[in-house]
Amino acid sequence: MAAPDRSNEADRTEPMRGTVSVLNERGAITALGERVVRAAGAAGYAEASCFAVRLALEEAVVNAFRHGHKDLDASVPVEVSYDIDPARITISIEDAGPGFDPSAVPDPTAPENITKTSGRGLLLIRSYMTEVRHTGRGNRIEMRYDRPDA
Amino acid sequence: MPSQSRLRMSENDGIMTVEFVDRNILDEANIQAIGDEIATVIERASPPKLVLSFSNVDHLSSAALGQLITINNKVRDKAGQLRLCNIDPQIYEVFAITKLNKIFEIHDTTEEAVGSIA
Repeated sequence: MAAPDRSNEADRTEPMRGTVSVLNERGAITALGERVVRAAGAAGYAEASCFAVRLALEEAVVNAFRHGHKDLDASVPVEVSYDIDPARITISIEDAGPGFDPSAVPDPTAPENITKTSGRGLLLIRSYMTEVRHTGRGNRIEMRYDRPDA
Repeated sequence: MPSQSRLRMSENDGIMTVEFVDRNILDEANIQAIGDEIATVIERASPPKLVLSFSNVDHLSSAALGQLITINNKVRDKAGQLRLCNIDPQIYEVFAITKLNKIFEIHDTTEEAVGSIA
C-alpha cells in the first residue's frame, strides 16, 4: 500500500489536524492559537492568513466560554477541532451551553452600539473567515478560511 | 507576574505617552490590569492628555478594543484628549472592520500623535 503523498506539508512535525479539549485558562487558549498558527505557517500560509485565523479562533473560544459556558462549571472544557490543508483551514468550536441565535446579535458598528465595550467578536470572525456556520443547537461554530492565493 | 506593569510610560509637557509592552493583548485579566493602570493615569491628570503607542503589538482581541473604549470614555469625561499611534496595518484592519477607526484619532507615529494634542 503506497504511503499518502504529503509533500505539500512543509513541516511534518507540526500536526495539521487535531481535536483539543480546552479549559478556560489563558495558557491553554494561547497554546492552542500558537499551535494552529505554527501548523498554518508550516503549511505555507502567509502571516496575514495566520493573523486572521488566530484572531477568529481566539474570539470564538472566548465567546464560547463567556456566553456559552456562563452558567456552567469552570471545569467544563470547550471542544476545538482544526484541519489545515494547503488550500483551506477549517476550525470548529463546540461549547456545552444552550446555544444562541446569531441573527439576534446586534450590529456592533451601528451608531447606537459603536461605543459599547463588547459585542465585536462575531463581527471579527465573520470578517476574517471565508465562511462561518452555526450548527447544533447554536452551540457550535464552524469556520472555514480559504487560502487567498490558492 | 500579575503585578508587573504591562505598560511603559513617559510624560512630557503634560502629555503621557503609554507604550504597550506585550506583543499580544488578548488575555482579559491582562487587559483589565492595563485598563486599571491607565485609569489611574487619567484620574491623576486634569485634563488627561494621553498617547497610546501600539508599536510592539502584533495581536489584539475584541476585549482589548472594549478596554480602549472604556479608556476613551474616561478621557472624554474629564475633557481630555486621547490619541492612538504606531498601529501596524494588520491591527489597523481590526479597527477598520469594527469602525473604531472613526471613534479614535489614530496617527502614524508618536511624534504626530503628540503634536496633534492641543
